[in-house]
Amino acid sequence: MSDRLVIGGIELENRLFTGTGKFSRNTLIGDVIRESGSQVVTVAVRRIDFDSEQENVLLHIPKGCILMPNTSGARTAQEAVRIAKIAREAGCGNWIKIEVISDHKYLLPDNYETIKATEILAADGFVVLPYMSPDLMVAKHLKEAGAAAVMPLGAPIGSNRGLQTREMIRILIAEIDLPIIVDAGIGKPSEAAEAMEMGAAAVLVNTAIATAGDPVAMARAFSYAVKAGRTAYLAGPGAVKQFAEASSPLTGFLSQK
Amino acid sequence: MGFYDVYSMYYDFDFESFFQSVEEDDVRRVLSRDHLTELDFLTLLSPAASEHLEVMAQKANRLTVQHFGKVVFLFTPLYLSDYCVNHCVYCSFNAGNSTVRSRLTMAELEQEAQKIAETELKHILILTGESRLHAPLTYIKDAVQVLKKYFTSVSIEIYPLDMEEYRELIDTGVDGLTIYQEVYEEQTYAALHPAGPKNNYHYRLDAPERGCRAGMRTVGVGALLGLGDWRREAFITGLHANYLQKKYWDTEISVSLPRVRPSNGKFQPKNPVTDAQFVQILLAVRLYLFRAGVTVSSRERETFRDNILPLGVTKMSAGVSTKVGGHTRENQGISQFEISDERSVSEMSAMLLARGYQPIYKDWQL
Repeated sequence: MSDRLVIGGIELENRLFTGTGKFSRNTLIGDVIRESGSQVVTVAVRRIDFDSEQENVLLHIPKGCILMPNTSGARTAQEAVRIAKIAREAGCGNWIKIEVISDHKYLLPDNYETIKATEILAADGFVVLPYMSPDLMVAKHLKEAGAAAVMPLGAPIGSNRGLQTREMIRILIAEIDLPIIVDAGIGKPSEAAEAMEMGAAAVLVNTAIATAGDPVAMARAFSYAVKAGRTAYLAGPGAVKQFAEASSPLTGFLSQK
Repeated sequence: MGFYDVYSMYYDFDFESFFQSVEEDDVRRVLSRDHLTELDFLTLLSPAASEHLEVMAQKANRLTVQHFGKVVFLFTPLYLSDYCVNHCVYCSFNAGNSTVRSRLTMAELEQEAQKIAETELKHILILTGESRLHAPLTYIKDAVQVLKKYFTSVSIEIYPLDMEEYRELIDTGVDGLTIYQEVYEEQTYAALHPAGPKNNYHYRLDAPERGCRAGMRTVGVGALLGLGDWRREAFITGLHANYLQKKYWDTEISVSLPRVRPSNGKFQPKNPVTDAQFVQILLAVRLYLFRAGVTVSSRERETFRDNILPLGVTKMSAGVSTKVGGHTRENQGISQFEISDERSVSEMSAMLLARGYQPIYKDWQL
């Protein structure tokens, strides 16, 4: 049975999305992406030097990957929209990961501005993947606004703290009829596996790979973890039991004759 | 309420007694915390903390890689004009120095811009002396328009402006503001800035906040280390950055740690800051303000700059000239201060890559 993730009409086999920031050199990026098996790669438009042949990060992304430019640095919906258009005009395709962050200390997303940007860009033909603080009502609004997927954070970006927001993400997975892609906070492969076991459609990992001692090996580890987690989800793990069920001390009397 | 109100709370603070009371356990306790209070920060600037630089460095390194990655942002300064009406005792542009002054014409600026753009840097910082006659706002705006053809980010380090004027510059394409208080201690400030508009301590102190309110994306503050008591100056600098970060959370706040350098006026700092003291300041700032950018300029020596890379530095200048027309003119003006690291952009990049850091030439475009 094929297990494909469909976003913006495109079928994806691989459910590990990767990023291109924070690497000690851009030349690592190609190997990392190949080793991760990732088909979707996010790049901050602010970092792309469209004029340069040497410094252009896009040159390091393997052919065939779907580029998901992000609006990192945008403080308002209006700035996010402008950045998205710069990316599209420069030939980066029509996928856009919206990041609207007006808090420079914790880098937490501004959900309100994110909804506004999603609405404008979806109407303009973009495949919009908004990064957000997990919140059910916001996710519903994002869906109505035309989002192609929803990308809740697991923990503050770059914090490597794992799925601190797991209960909220669980609700989004249960209630929102869109792919839920856990973005930010995943620090270890085991946490990526956990997100996939919960039913996340995919995970996006950047810092944990880029700042690892051996980023290429870490990319491979995440690739295994995402596949393991997805396989476990599809296999339908047995229910977690808090108590043994061998006897029925409280209701056993019902079957007594 | 402005930053002066925060500063005033420490006006009568007995720094000496506080420092004497700090013990090793206090330093350890602070180092185990994720979020530091003002007094935790001061604890890290204490003599007791100077015995724990390695532990501080390990933590600072982890935090920096976590928040910024293994990257260093590069930029270069461009001097537009060295006319100045101020009398800053430590500066070569001091109005009292009889020297030939000049400013770039727009044609000369275009040449400078082209020359710098060949390095592929996309971030430029423009500087002028303070002279509203020779480098008025209209001149700066014209310069920004020229530079925006070559650079995706233009920042200013010029005389302090009103909020409306900052707004005009933002509309022209400026996105960053750097303005150092030079020295926060008021009596020292008055003594070192005896005449000229810079004598107005409060107008300068509030300039970063006016920049934030006007909508600058990035605002940098700093004290010129060596002018005043370094522990106190570093402390107030950190408080200033924290004040701005808390109040203007959509502005990227950064801190610079410039050490005073010899200048044409032969100024010798009264309170020179040693390398170890500099490192202590850098580490304390990083641990207190984990998300703030930290800039280290070419005032610092090559080897020292290389060595402090992993300790919390996020931004460095490269290919630096502190003279008007320093990139193209044959007859260049005077240097604002003597630089210690003359490496070109490509030399800095090679050094960064060799040390496991990616040089970033472009980090903004709109």
